[in-house]
Amino acid sequence: MTEFTEGESIGDAMERREDLELITGHGDYLDDLKRPGMLYASFVRSEYAHARIEDIDTEAAEAHEDVVAVFTHEDVEAAGVPGDIPQIYRVPNLTETEHLLFARERVRYQGKPVAVVVAEDRYTAHHAVDLVDVNYERLETVTDPVEAANEDAPTLHEERPDNVAFTWGTGDEEGVEEAFEAADRTFSFEYENQRIVPNALEPRGALAEYDPYDEQLTVHTPSQQPFLHKTMMADVLDHPERKIRVQAPNIGGGFGSKSMVYPDEVATAFCAMQLHQPVKWIETRGEAFQADEHGRGQYVEAEAAVDEDGQMTGLRVRSTADMGGELGSKGCLAPSTTFGLLLSGQYEIPAIRFDSTAVYTNRTPTGVYRGVGRAEAICTLERLVDHIARELDVDPAEYRRNHLVEPDQFPYETGLGSTYDSGDYEKALDKALDMADYEELRERQAELREEDRYLGIGISCFIESGGLAPSSLSEMFGMGLPDAAVKSSYWESSTIRVHGSGEVTAYVGTASPGTGVETTHSQIVADKLGIDVDDVSLYEGTDTDKVPDGTGSVGSRSAPVGGGAIKHSIDKVVQKATEIAAHHLEASPEDVEFEDGEFFVSGAPGRSMSLQAIATESQVATELPEDMEPGLEATSYYDPENFTWAFGTHVVVVEVDGETGEVDLVDYIGVDDCGVQINPQVVEGQIQGGIAQGIGQALFEGAVYDDNGNLLTGAFQDYTVPKTTLMPDLTLDSTETPSPHNPLGVKGVAESGTIGATPAVANAVVDALEPFGVENVEMPMTDKRVWHAIRDAEEGS
Amino acid sequence: MARHDITLTVNGKEQSLTVDSETLLVHALREELDYTGPKVGCQSTMCGACTVQLDGDPVKSCTLFAVQADGREVTTVEGLGDQDNLHPLQESFRAEHGLQCGYCTPGMLMTADGLLEENPDPDREEIREALEGNICRCTGYENIVNAVESAAAKGEGGSDD
Repeated sequence: MTEFTEGESIGDAMERREDLELITGHGDYLDDLKRPGMLYASFVRSEYAHARIEDIDTEAAEAHEDVVAVFTHEDVEAAGVPGDIPQIYRVPNLTETEHLLFARERVRYQGKPVAVVVAEDRYTAHHAVDLVDVNYERLETVTDPVEAANEDAPTLHEERPDNVAFTWGTGDEEGVEEAFEAADRTFSFEYENQRIVPNALEPRGALAEYDPYDEQLTVHTPSQQPFLHKTMMADVLDHPERKIRVQAPNIGGGFGSKSMVYPDEVATAFCAMQLHQPVKWIETRGEAFQADEHGRGQYVEAEAAVDEDGQMTGLRVRSTADMGGELGSKGCLAPSTTFGLLLSGQYEIPAIRFDSTAVYTNRTPTGVYRGVGRAEAICTLERLVDHIARELDVDPAEYRRNHLVEPDQFPYETGLGSTYDSGDYEKALDKALDMADYEELRERQAELREEDRYLGIGISCFIESGGLAPSSLSEMFGMGLPDAAVKSSYWESSTIRVHGSGEVTAYVGTASPGTGVETTHSQIVADKLGIDVDDVSLYEGTDTDKVPDGTGSVGSRSAPVGGGAIKHSIDKVVQKATEIAAHHLEASPEDVEFEDGEFFVSGAPGRSMSLQAIATESQVATELPEDMEPGLEATSYYDPENFTWAFGTHVVVVEVDGETGEVDLVDYIGVDDCGVQINPQVVEGQIQGGIAQGIGQALFEGAVYDDNGNLLTGAFQDYTVPKTTLMPDLTLDSTETPSPHNPLGVKGVAESGTIGATPAVANAVVDALEPFGVENVEMPMTDKRVWHAIRDAEEGS
Repeated sequence: MARHDITLTVNGKEQSLTVDSETLLVHALREELDYTGPKVGCQSTMCGACTVQLDGDPVKSCTLFAVQADGREVTTVEGLGDQDNLHPLQESFRAEHGLQCGYCTPGMLMTADGLLEENPDPDREEIREALEGNICRCTGYENIVNAVESAAAKGEGGSDD
């Protein structure tokens, strides 16, 4: 046991302990795993967006010598298991429609699994997919959610003839009415927050093993929520939950897209259970484009009422959300709570109302993805604010400043059902404006316009509701409703075990998709117990048999909620250790203090005992206080008071070529505040990556379908993700406003960059185009679209 | 499907194997020879996760047939350095936080190594251009560019001092 050393406590930018194996090619991702006798699965997916299945002829595929089996919905039905993936989040007026492992009679989006071929090897499985002959009768498609909600649109699910999956609303309807009636002026802004494709670089997949003798099902899958996968699989496959083990190996990126439970993953487990042999399925990139649930996909109308001083007095937002052909396992989330709770942003707006209509279309289901709902909310608000400032001819930075919630107003209740924990929004705004040299930028913008050069400056002031919790929120999410098939929640659990040697093994239920949480959690343990980080082993909930219980890594919750759970277990361990120390030092426990791994009597630092010595004592257990159990270990379930509310201001500078529409990212400045930073390097990395995604949505990324529901952007060749040459260098800094209710003072930050970047970039482009009278360019703001917007404005159309 | 006996020299070690005509180099390396460093991300040459060096040049091994590499030298990330003897690029990626999930990292390293072989002192724009065919969804690239720049400053193949 070494002494406490520098470079491993909270606040230190220590190198990630995950990295050594990853930089040498020794990490184990799903497709690196092999099992003796392992078979490969490949899915037959619907080539049409809407069709009736007349017949599935599997004979030729089954006749192939290396094909082991072909399964369809009929086989699932014959096995007597539900095969239907339920909703995790349930909104009040939801009518659940089918989300089956394989299509039953009808397909509603291109890419829906129709059958699966299991073969001796990967190549045969892929080839034999073509031997399955599916006869379709094509049906009329509808791909636009606004059109899909019209009376004459084709019905996708007979249970919901209107194609409306659900409606949801929050806020102060009456107050908003009054604000609009009393308004001096009103403003409106409409735009599409377009569908984006997750594209984690590692495709999804599963390797399922089934032991028929003890009925044990083991599924290896890159899940961000293995315990949720376990619970869901138990339901969908009608198998005892205690006999299911879900293991996530190294995960090659998730961004929420690996937190849903998908038909193909569960179908792979079904195959293994049917065949009593290990079955591996690895998605191709083409499948990933079609079958990974997409993000965003909201058509938004926002209106603001403004008083004579220009202050916003009321905000009304309506969203039509594109749910795709089936409701994915988390389909209800984006159009409801995560969007609605954030619409106040950093501002004091007296009355806000959000109403959402979620509509089925013949496109891939939408799910949760990097900033789910929150990105749409902040993008809407920040673009509307810019629009108002421009119309009022007020500087957008000053306009924002005039609305900010002040530091002494926290905890701040928004009227939307959310309460912000802490913040100093103006400080972050000022810092960002200083770093950008904002005043000079505006002067330069004016000068350049004289030369027909178009500089644009975009600002976004954003918040992020990180740390999805507490369990009481699961009521709002409908997760505990009596009719919910899957009851789950959002606490987090941890166990801290101090071995007799003084080394520590920590278990926590998070399951990070490559975001460095093993390092940051270990830093918490080392810091709070005053031990060397090298003496800490950390296991996340990536194996449901190894970690007792957990929720997982979604919604920027690993540090605030997972970290909080660790802190609570450490507190229990320290409490027990204090009693042991007091017993040995012949002092009262109240007089024993703990610092840097040493327990000592107050005012007498010489009378001390190390954590290691206490651990040994608790192991030997010969001289423990009376009635005390041996061992030094504690488990806790941490149920936070609320979300943590990270925030920041990002400022973007672009130059747009008035002739070609080309957008050049000149500068990117970001100031983020996520409270206490456990590892500043990891925090900065999270923000940088998020910014790339946010820029991607603003300028490059978007799923495009034709009228027949064919996905036209189905490969990296025609869907632009940010590449090295498309990204600018970033100038980032931070402020620190700890969360008052988090045991570590931390706030979730993983999605802040994404949330902040998109509106900042979009605002910059529109700002650049002001001389042309352009009020909006639909995202992604590609060079072509910008060029058209300039030409259209010039032609006055 | 025709079967072919081929010989690959992988990370300096000559290996004989039998592959189908259609077997991709990345699958031959990963599944026949257990070099799982190169990853499969897109099977279309676009993402770069599968990048290895063929006779010293970075190539996307997901769109090359294994038979095309017959008799040639292949270097995977496993041949770049190991835990006891990290390559300067590996050191830099770690020090500069040039990775998160790590799935793109082997490909990034092999491309970057190819760049530094050609151009030991690239500027940031040249680094960005060289890595254009390697997609990362986690990092935003900034730290990857920093890592390559820092490794170049130390001298390709050199040590920290």
